[in-house]
Amino acid sequence: MEFSDCVVIEGSNMAECHPVAFRWPMKAKAAGAKLVHVDPRFTRTSAMADVHAPIRAGSDIAFLGGLIHYVINSERWNGDPFFREYVVNYTNAATIVGEEFQDTEELDGVFSGLMRYTGGVEEWPFDGFLGRYDPSSWDYARGPDRAAAPGRRGPPFDDLIRSLKRGQPLRDETLQHPRCIFQIVKRHFSRYTPEMVSNVTGCPVDRIVEVAETILANSGRERTTAWAYAVGWTQHTYGPQMIGCCALLQLLLGNFGRPGGGIMALRGHASIQGSTDIPTLYHSIHGYMPAPSALKEHATLSDYLRSEASAEGYWANMPKFLVSYLKSMYGDAATPENDFGYDWHPKIIGDHSHLPMFVAMAEGRVKGMLCIGQNPGTSLNASVERKGLRQLDWLVVKDNFLIETATFWHNAPEVENGSVRTEDIQTEVFFFPSAQVAEIDGSFTNTQRMLQWHYKAADPPGDCRSDPWFTHQLALRLKAMYADSELPRDQGIRNLVWDYDPDEPHEIPGEPDPEKVLKEVGGYYTDDPDRHLGGFGELRDDGSTTCASWIYCGVFPEPGRNLSKNKEPDPPGTIGAHLNWGWAWPANRRVLYNRASADPRGEPWSERKRWVWWDGSRWTGYDTPDFALQKPPTAPADPNGIGLDAHSGAQPFIMKPDGVGWLYNPAGLEDGPLPTHYEPAESPVANPLYSQQNSPVLKYWRRDDNRLAEMSEEYPIIITTYRLTEHYLAGAMSRWNPWLSELMPELFIEMSPELAAEKDIGNTDWVRISTPRGSIRAKALVTRRMRAFQIDGRIVHHVGMPWHWGWEGVVTGDVVNEMTALVGDPNVSIHEGKAFVCNVEKA
Amino acid sequence: MVVSRRDFLRSSLGLGTGTALGSLVGLGTDLTPAMARAQELRIRNAQATPSVCPYCSVGCATLVHTVDGEIVNIEGDPRSPHNEGTLCPKGAAIYQLHQNPNRMTQVLHRAPGATEWEVWDLERAMDRVAELVKETRDETFLEQLPDGTRVNQTTAIFALGGATLDNEWNHMQQKLMRGLGVVPIENQARI
Repeated sequence: MEFSDCVVIEGSNMAECHPVAFRWPMKAKAAGAKLVHVDPRFTRTSAMADVHAPIRAGSDIAFLGGLIHYVINSERWNGDPFFREYVVNYTNAATIVGEEFQDTEELDGVFSGLMRYTGGVEEWPFDGFLGRYDPSSWDYARGPDRAAAPGRRGPPFDDLIRSLKRGQPLRDETLQHPRCIFQIVKRHFSRYTPEMVSNVTGCPVDRIVEVAETILANSGRERTTAWAYAVGWTQHTYGPQMIGCCALLQLLLGNFGRPGGGIMALRGHASIQGSTDIPTLYHSIHGYMPAPSALKEHATLSDYLRSEASAEGYWANMPKFLVSYLKSMYGDAATPENDFGYDWHPKIIGDHSHLPMFVAMAEGRVKGMLCIGQNPGTSLNASVERKGLRQLDWLVVKDNFLIETATFWHNAPEVENGSVRTEDIQTEVFFFPSAQVAEIDGSFTNTQRMLQWHYKAADPPGDCRSDPWFTHQLALRLKAMYADSELPRDQGIRNLVWDYDPDEPHEIPGEPDPEKVLKEVGGYYTDDPDRHLGGFGELRDDGSTTCASWIYCGVFPEPGRNLSKNKEPDPPGTIGAHLNWGWAWPANRRVLYNRASADPRGEPWSERKRWVWWDGSRWTGYDTPDFALQKPPTAPADPNGIGLDAHSGAQPFIMKPDGVGWLYNPAGLEDGPLPTHYEPAESPVANPLYSQQNSPVLKYWRRDDNRLAEMSEEYPIIITTYRLTEHYLAGAMSRWNPWLSELMPELFIEMSPELAAEKDIGNTDWVRISTPRGSIRAKALVTRRMRAFQIDGRIVHHVGMPWHWGWEGVVTGDVVNEMTALVGDPNVSIHEGKAFVCNVEKA
Repeated sequence: MVVSRRDFLRSSLGLGTGTALGSLVGLGTDLTPAMARAQELRIRNAQATPSVCPYCSVGCATLVHTVDGEIVNIEGDPRSPHNEGTLCPKGAAIYQLHQNPNRMTQVLHRAPGATEWEVWDLERAMDRVAELVKETRDETFLEQLPDGTRVNQTTAIFALGGATLDNEWNHMQQKLMRGLGVVPIENQARI
């Protein structure tokens, strides 16, 4: 971001929520860059920005759509050959879509393929989909089929991969064909005029134009614009589409793969990236491979690969990734004859994510829970989550302090008010105290995909133990219990490789060796475990390599060389990517798809934006090139090739089958190939753009205690939630901390002077806030930082609340999540916590 | 790895303008000797161990100062290209995650229907949890769906984790759960 000429922060309050990272846009600003903040509130981020564009929560796709509309119709974009060269060569703008496709323009807000949801299995009726799309009509128009005959069963799996070859997508590089993606995008956003966007978002027209002009002036051969977002973009029923909309705009502006460009996800936790990469998430296995599923064609290893691998692009290597993963699970027991133990691996049978799990729990379908470092007692639609906890036979809570999830059985609001009796709660509850970061050796992966090792400085007190200690001890006990079982269902756990005991005794008895774990994640040669893998290029699909995570391959290239421990920053004054500080996946690349920082001929787009280039014999530069090192820019694509052979030397997006960035998604999303503005599941506004009000495929779990508000006078106010600098999420890491509690002791609600006057509320008055799910109290903070919006010809009020409090800790307060709903995005099942409706009255 | 305070100061001062100390030098006043002395007083006799902030995802590097194995101070690591020695209010309070009278140090157990906690021995609690996991898994395990699709799993145990935990824990946790056939594995990373 330090290299950006313009930084747009949208869906994030970076100055307060990522204060230390905010120094980098500020450094860019000091060097002359423009800073733009798009947000319903005027925060400290806005105070530092050149432009603050206020929009109501949940209207970001309309705002971004307005920028797209403005950009592609602008003189600058149409006049500067850079944009056309980048877009034609590095995006799918020229690709032609099949004749069956119908856009929201034709179907008034929905795409072709919309159907009733009939998926799922009887055993798991919790998927929550309101509808679904059959995406087949969204595909590219293609030339003749090129699939090879299935050939022999792997390994090697090359024949299988060749059998996945599809017809060559048709292209029109003049961008004139009516069904080429550029023309579809242009038509799709034609109604997102500044006036319409102002009507939808509440942002004044001149402010929309000012933001559009600012990003246009700061994009091109010589200049780059970066975007930064946080959960203000993800916690919606269309979060991935918001991010996709920004990606579409940044591709049009030529801002990917270049220094000072891109989209930065400002994630919220020390190793949240790590827990996504190494997925403690139901839907994926290591390195972004989908979890084997009973709902897909995943019956055998070959079926899985046919269904998930791609003939073209780097995912053609999936057999190597998957087989090496299975070897890390089942070791010597994983052989070519038994499909490397694939049958032992469990399959998901539906959506087992956070929201449906608590619905299933409240219905008595879940018996036990291991809760490690999470506080669902104050989480989404909190009374439903606690209902779930009361239905459990057993619950393990492992944390630093006695958080609400551990004490729900004796002092939750429903126990305090007498509607539930402690004696009636039959849950057996355990609390294990945790060791803290400075008491443990291990690694975190930060939001830049960088692993950094932290060292143990002191012993934890008393019975406090690390999280690895807990899982290791549990595993050792279970492994012993199943060691002699001959039952087929027990062979997965029986054959599970579990070899993490330290070679030298640890100060804390029973603590595993974290470097043995990292070694298994990064990989080694199966027949010689002391030979570690140097990178994912060494992976094989025949079982000769063992590697849990192909993307982390190379982090530990030889014994004694754990690269996450690297601590050598670049010397001051040099241009570089600090490649010797920590280690970023993949292959220590710091800017992804950085081949795009050079033009198709391999030369930097400009001296000012030099990053990675072709030096005549190889790719080189300030970063690890994200491209085949020896492949010249002039290399032609092999039409019959697989993997990267199918790409030319000028196709930077190596993970994509067609090697280019996607303006339009021909596959992969549940809710449409292009972003479209829908209203949040709860909104006081009728969608001004289409008659389709909400996403037709959003997820909603219908229950009496999870009612959604109708559009009515009862709940007319938009509410958004956010975080404070001094607190952390559900409070487990801040509300017991006296320093932080003193800095920010109390829950409050921010509201505009206009709303306060209408409701006769004064500053610091107690206020009651209600939604159909719950009602809480907080003190009023009446401030000009909040404003009323002019939407579709009328005034709509907007309030905001931080949500860090609960009934335990040094400072206490009502639980804001009593008011949120179990409603989510169809792609990733994230809840909509950033935009819903409420009423506010003086208490 | 333990860096002695003296070695550490030597290497950080050597970096010049890349450090917090160096940026003051950039203001035109050479405060280096005074700053170095101030640091020396605060952490006299302390060992500095490199660590990372456990709050947000920026990945600010920290130095943990210990005297005789006791944490006495945690501050930003001036070598880090992310934070250049600085920390935010939460980062500056990491010390109190460790040194805090509110911290629990014993294992607690609440029996079904009970109104009070009971202190339990750590090993006893681990044995009981393992027993419960096995019992629940074995009772609820689904080998196949009625149509014959092999699934080898259970949805009756929910493994939920936070996102401030180590990569190594994430690997062990998801591996053990998948090894057992437990498919509802979730993390703060989703929400």
